[in-house]
Amino acid sequence: MPAVPGLLKGMWVTLRTMLRRPVTVNYPLEKEVLQPRARGVIALDVGNCTVCMLCARECPDWCIYIEGHKEEQPPAKPGGRVRTRATLDRFAIDYALCMYCGICVEVCPFDALYWSPAHEYSEQSISEMLHEKERLGEWLATVPEPPPLET
Amino acid sequence: MTLGIALFEGFWPLLGIKLLAVVMVMLGFALVIIYAELKVMAHMQARIGPYFAGGRWGWAQPLADALKFLQKEDLVPREADALVFRLAPAVSLMATVAVFVVIPFSPSLIARDLDLGVFYALAIASVGTIGVLMAGWASANKYSLMGGLRAAAQLIAYELPLVLAVAAVVVQAGTMSMMGIVEAQGTSALYTIPGTGIALPFIMVGQVVAFVVFMIAALAELSRIPFDLPIAESELVFGYLTEYSGIRFTMFFLAEYAGMFALSAIAATLFLGGWYFPGLDPAIFGPFVLMGKVSLLVFVMIWVRVTWPRMRADQLQSIAWRWLVPIALANLLVTATFKVVF
Repeated sequence: MPAVPGLLKGMWVTLRTMLRRPVTVNYPLEKEVLQPRARGVIALDVGNCTVCMLCARECPDWCIYIEGHKEEQPPAKPGGRVRTRATLDRFAIDYALCMYCGICVEVCPFDALYWSPAHEYSEQSISEMLHEKERLGEWLATVPEPPPLET
Repeated sequence: MTLGIALFEGFWPLLGIKLLAVVMVMLGFALVIIYAELKVMAHMQARIGPYFAGGRWGWAQPLADALKFLQKEDLVPREADALVFRLAPAVSLMATVAVFVVIPFSPSLIARDLDLGVFYALAIASVGTIGVLMAGWASANKYSLMGGLRAAAQLIAYELPLVLAVAAVVVQAGTMSMMGIVEAQGTSALYTIPGTGIALPFIMVGQVVAFVVFMIAALAELSRIPFDLPIAESELVFGYLTEYSGIRFTMFFLAEYAGMFALSAIAATLFLGGWYFPGLDPAIFGPFVLMGKVSLLVFVMIWVRVTWPRMRADQLQSIAWRWLVPIALANLLVTATFKVVF
């Protein structure tokens, strides 16, 4: 008998839920409104990448493939030493392996990787889940503006 | 034409047509209740529920489910008692269908107005328990057996408060005929609002307690969710239905939902005034009024199912014997006293 108020309260909760809008979104027909910083896909800013390999080494799934080579730069002063500069040849993320942990984004010291809320890139074949650097660069357009700095 | 008329003459053809009509109506309503449960349950859980079957709002979902069940293989376990195993769903379903004989849909629309209508309805409804026991025993499966025995313990425990709650109504109405009980609520001069001539159903003139006891006991009789120990999924796989598939499972399934309809119709007749509604001609609106009341009760059953968790076996027995039976007895005593005094 002391349980009765609780039971009635539960009835009220379900009734109230029934009269509210359901949270289900019929996905292919209507699109969800995502949080602006939802983790959909990782975008690459090719110009910022220095081929430091930190992301590839930190990736728990080893789903990042990076290839690069060194190019000789002309010396800063005449007669100076010839400088070398790392150039990115290949940067690919295998989204079939990626577990969206975001460690690569966090570990990148040069802000070359960004989270983007775009998520509609399913494919018929597993091999097409491998996004090369051109495709990763295209995702950059979908990256939202960073939040304003706290002052 | 002559042949057509000849077909409708005589006792047996007419009986066949009536039976067919009753079964069709009952199964139709069972499907509607299944759909209502899918939808109401979904919305109470902030979901949408079936949406695409049938083009709009998923109205064809129960039909699709039924078709799917019909296509499945009708399995009988090797160790099972094949005859009993095959008979059990039929017993269960027939017990439910037979209740509809005495339910009055309007002053003229009733299969047979028995003098002992209430008694018959409760007696035949509890025959379904035998079907459940048969299923549990014949399946040759320990989960089925446990479920069947739990069902037996539960249904026997709740038969008593159910009958006692009804007994109070019978005392107040002074008749056991379902039609008589509705008329006692709809036409009696004793239970009217003075000056308006609007008669009140029994739930408004003293039988609230009996109504609550009846609904709780009805939920237990149907083995629905606060009382679904016989088919407790987390403990007993699917209880006495574990070994059933295909058409036989469908029969149990329909029996459960038709049982909801049947017991709601009994409750509506006994407590809510059946086909009677002030200001509406029962000859025309009677069936719709009854359906409306039944829908209300069915909704409450679904609502309870979504909200409350399953009871433990000891809580179940405790509620039946320590609360419902004494309350129902006290209610019967008070009702009888009032009946004698006034």
